[in-house]
Amino acid sequence: MSILVFVEIAEGKIKKTSIEAVAYATAMGGEVTALAMGDIDQSELAALGNYGATKVIHAGDSRLNDGVILAYANVITAAMKTSGANTLVLANSSLGGSVSAHVSIKMNASLVSNVVALPETSGDFKVKRSIYTGKAFATVVLNKANKILAIKKNAVEIKETGGTASVESFEADLSDHDFLTKITGVQKATGDVLLPEAEIVVSGGRGLKGPENWGIIEDLAKALGAATGCSKPVSDMDWRPHHEHVGQTGVKVSPSLYIAVGISGAIQHLAGVNSSKYIVVINKDEEAPFFKAADYGIVGDAFEVLPKLTEAIKAANQ
Amino acid sequence: MKILVCITHVPDTTSKIAFTDGDTKFDTTGVQYIIGPYDDYALARAVELKEQTEGSITVLNVGTAETEPTIRKALAIGADDAIRVNAEPTDSLFVAQQIANAVKKEGFDLILMGRESLDFNGGMVHGMVGELLGIPSVSPVMTLDMDGFTAKMTRETEGGKESIELDLPFVAGCQEPIAEWKIPNMRGIMSARSKPLNVIEPTGNDQGATLEKYELPAAKGAVKMVSADNVQELVDLLKNEAKIL
Ligand SMILES: Cc1cc2nc3c(=O)[nH]c(=O)nc-3n(C[C@H](O)[C@H](O)[C@H](O)COP(=O)(O)OP(=O)(O)OC[C@H]3O[C@@H](n4cnc5c(N)ncnc54)[C@H](O)[C@@H]3O)c2cc1C
Ligand SMILES: Nc1ncnc2c1ncn2[C@@H]1O[C@H](COP(=O)(O)O)[C@@H](O)[C@H]1O
Repeated sequence: MSILVFVEIAEGKIKKTSIEAVAYATAMGGEVTALAMGDIDQSELAALGNYGATKVIHAGDSRLNDGVILAYANVITAAMKTSGANTLVLANSSLGGSVSAHVSIKMNASLVSNVVALPETSGDFKVKRSIYTGKAFATVVLNKANKILAIKKNAVEIKETGGTASVESFEADLSDHDFLTKITGVQKATGDVLLPEAEIVVSGGRGLKGPENWGIIEDLAKALGAATGCSKPVSDMDWRPHHEHVGQTGVKVSPSLYIAVGISGAIQHLAGVNSSKYIVVINKDEEAPFFKAADYGIVGDAFEVLPKLTEAIKAANQ
Repeated sequence: MKILVCITHVPDTTSKIAFTDGDTKFDTTGVQYIIGPYDDYALARAVELKEQTEGSITVLNVGTAETEPTIRKALAIGADDAIRVNAEPTDSLFVAQQIANAVKKEGFDLILMGRESLDFNGGMVHGMVGELLGIPSVSPVMTLDMDGFTAKMTRETEGGKESIELDLPFVAGCQEPIAEWKIPNMRGIMSARSKPLNVIEPTGNDQGATLEKYELPAAKGAVKMVSADNVQELVDLLKNEAKIL
C-alpha cells in the first residue's frame, strides 16, 4: 500500500497535526510519502523521516504559500497519481477539510473526516470517526478503492523512528482557474498559543462578569503556556473575540488539559471539549453541570481561586 | 442574485444521543429537530443579502418527508421556495451529488451551506459540491459581503483569519459571526404555508462510505473535588496523577 500524506506548514514549520497525520499513515503500514507546498526549509521536510515518511515531495511554487483550496486539491491529486498512492491521509484542519473534499471528487475516493483511530483492514476497510460533535462514534466502511482519511487531533501517538526522508521537488500544472480565490490578507489571531491546536486551554464563561476581568484567565494561561477560550455568550457579548468561542457551534478543542472557569457546562459547550484528556472545573455553584464532565473540580469564587492557582503553578514550574 | 441555501434537519443541540437496533440506528425518541445551527447562519446571511441586492432564496434539503417542518421553518425565516430531494441522507458524497444536480438544473449564483452538519460533522459537502460543479468552495466563512459579482469574505484558519475575494459563482460553508440567527415572525410563518416546496426524486446511489455501527464514548469516572483553600492539591494531582505539568 502506498500512502500520501499532505502536510501543512505554518510559520515555516510543519504543523503538529500534520506530523500526527504522518505518524498515523506510518502506523497503518506501507510506503509513506509526504507532500508539502510553498516555501519551507528542506531540512524541515527531511525531518519528516523521523516520523516514518520515506520520501517527501515538495511543490515549492510560491503561489502555494497561501492555502488556496483549488490549487492545493490539484497538486494533491497530481501527487497521488504520480506516486501511485490510493490512500491520502491529512489533518482534519480548517483547510484540510475543504481540500480533501475537492480531492475526493477528483479521485473518486471515499472520504472520512474526524477519524479517531487506525483503520481495520482485515476484511472491509473500516475506520472509526467521531460524530455528533464528539458525543458518539461511528464505524464506517469505505466503499471505494481510493480512500481519504482526515484525522482528528490526538488520534494517534507520535512516535519517532530516527529516520530521514529524501526530498524531491514536484511540479504540478496549475492554471488561473486554480487561483480564482484571491487571498488578499492574513490576520493572525492574538495570543501566543493557538486555540485549536493547544495542549492546554483555559476558558472563561459568563461567571467572570466582564471583559475587564479576563486578566486572571490570561495570567493562568500564561503560567501554563495555554491558549485562552470562552463560552458562546462571552463572545456574543464581545467580551472576547469570536475565534475563542469553544463548543458545538464554535471551536472544538482536544487538549490534554481543559480548565473551565465560571462556565456552567451547557451541553453545547461540553460538545466542544469532550475529547479533552483531563478537565478541571472551577465554579462557585456546586450544582453546575460541568462538574459531571470534569476530572477535577473546585467549588469556589474564580476571583479568589484563580490567582492562588496561578501562583501555585508558577511555584511548581520553578 | 439567485441564492441556494442547503439546510440539514438535525437533532436539537440539547438532545441526548442514543442508538437502537443493535447500535445501527439513531434513537429519535423525544428528540426535537431543528435547522442545523450553521445552516441557520447561512440562511440568516442569505436573507440579509437578498434585502441588499434583490434576488431570491431557495432552500434545499436532501431528506425524507419528516424534514418538511424544518424546511417550512426556513421558508418562514425568509426563503422564497424550497426543494426537497426525497432520500435518506446517508452519505456525504450522495448528498453532494444530489445538491450539484439541483444546481445544474436550476442555476444558482451563490450556494451557501453550514460549515458542518451537526450530526455527522463532516465539513465535506461544500467542497464536494464545489468540485462537482467545477467552482471554488470556501469554508469556514465568518463574514461575506457582496460588491457586484465579487464577494469579500473572511475565512477562519487555525492561526487567525484570511481575507478573500472571489467572484460568483461559488460555494461557502458559513459559521458565526456571519449573521445572527433569525426567528420567524407571524407573517413569515403564515406565508411559509403557501410557498412552493418541490419534491424531487434522487438520481443515482453512489455512496462513499457505509455505516457499520454507532458507539457511545466510555462513561467518565467520578470527579475528584479539591477544596478552594487547597489549590496546591490540584497542582499535585495535575502533576502526579494526570502527568500534565
Ligand atoms: C444552538 C445553540 C448552540 C450553542 N452553542 C454553544 C457553543 O458552541 N458554546 C457555548 O459555550 N455555548 C453554546 N450555546 C449556549 C449554551 O447553551 C449556554 O447558554 C452557554 O454555554 C452558557 O455560557 P456560560 O456557562 O458562560 O454562562 P452561564 O450559563 O450563565 O454560566 C455561568 C457560570 O458561572 C458561574 N459563576 C458565576 N460567578 C462565578 C464566580 N465568581 N466564580 C466562579 N464561577 C462563577 C455560575 O455558577 C455559572 O455556572 C449554544 C446554545 C444554542 C441554543
Ligand atoms: N442532507 C442534506 N441536505 C441539504 N444540505 C446538506 C445535507 N447534508 C449536508 N448539507 C449541507 O452541507 C453542509 C456541510 O455538511 P457536512 O459535510 O455533512 O458537515 C451542511 O451545513 C449543509 O449546509
